[in-house]
Amino acid sequence: MTCTEFLALLDDLIDDSVTPEVRAQLQQHLHGCEHCEVTLNTTRKTIEIYRSHEIYDLPPGLRERLHAAIMARCKKGC
Amino acid sequence: MSTIQTIAGELEPHPDVALVERVRAGDVTAYDALVRKYDRQIFRIAQHITQNREDAEDVMQDAFLKAYEKLDQFQGNSKFYTWLVRIAVNESLMRLRKRRTGKMISIDEDVETEEGSVPRDLADWAPDPEQNYNQSELAEILRKTIQGLPQGFRVVFVLRDVEGLSTEETADMLSLSIPAVKSRLLRARLQLRERLSRYFRRKKGAEK
Repeated sequence: MTCTEFLALLDDLIDDSVTPEVRAQLQQHLHGCEHCEVTLNTTRKTIEIYRSHEIYDLPPGLRERLHAAIMARCKKGC
Repeated sequence: MSTIQTIAGELEPHPDVALVERVRAGDVTAYDALVRKYDRQIFRIAQHITQNREDAEDVMQDAFLKAYEKLDQFQGNSKFYTWLVRIAVNESLMRLRKRRTGKMISIDEDVETEEGSVPRDLADWAPDPEQNYNQSELAEILRKTIQGLPQGFRVVFVLRDVEGLSTEETADMLSLSIPAVKSRLLRARLQLRERLSRYFRRKKGAEK
């Protein structure tokens, strides 16, 4: 397996949607290729960091304004 | 074992279903519960797409009001959250079009379609690299990095990887083919990884 072939299956590997046979081939490539191992690990970490960190906080007062807007809409008929 | 799980899954409706039923019966406090459950996600998606805080606030408000008004059109066979995200994505794209009057906006812009190339940057990252930055520094790095992605990549990455939608749901929501979503997701992940390497790579010698 070449690095390009590995990369084409990178997402499927990360999303755990490869067959056991393909997984074995990917693992075999990883054993001998530091480049692809680094790519896999740091790509996984990239996703994990974006998943676990809130980068846009809810602005203060927005929830209350939305609540008021819904109540106003509700007065016209829920 | 898997049969038991399937049966249990079918018998146990998603907790949102009960809330939606209560809203339909006229209980507005149940809608408040749905808002509080999902407002952060909806605001986040709107902010990622519009890249503008005022627009994101308007989108969040409009999306929840629209969902409330159209609740009778919501089919119980889809998830309330997915349905709500779809409304928010449409509202966000409409808002973008308004801002750039006369210029067609589509999720296709700025996107090359060729497959991802083998990354150039070989550097490994420090262990737990985010610990080298405080919370606000890290948030700034993550914002700046994702804002630099082409729109069509950013939206796919946010829906798939941050919000956890499936490839099929993302494709459907953005009117893209499944191969297009897959190709954009790969390129988005690789581009983000490469850009973050600037901050997270293992330093020679000292840890920081």
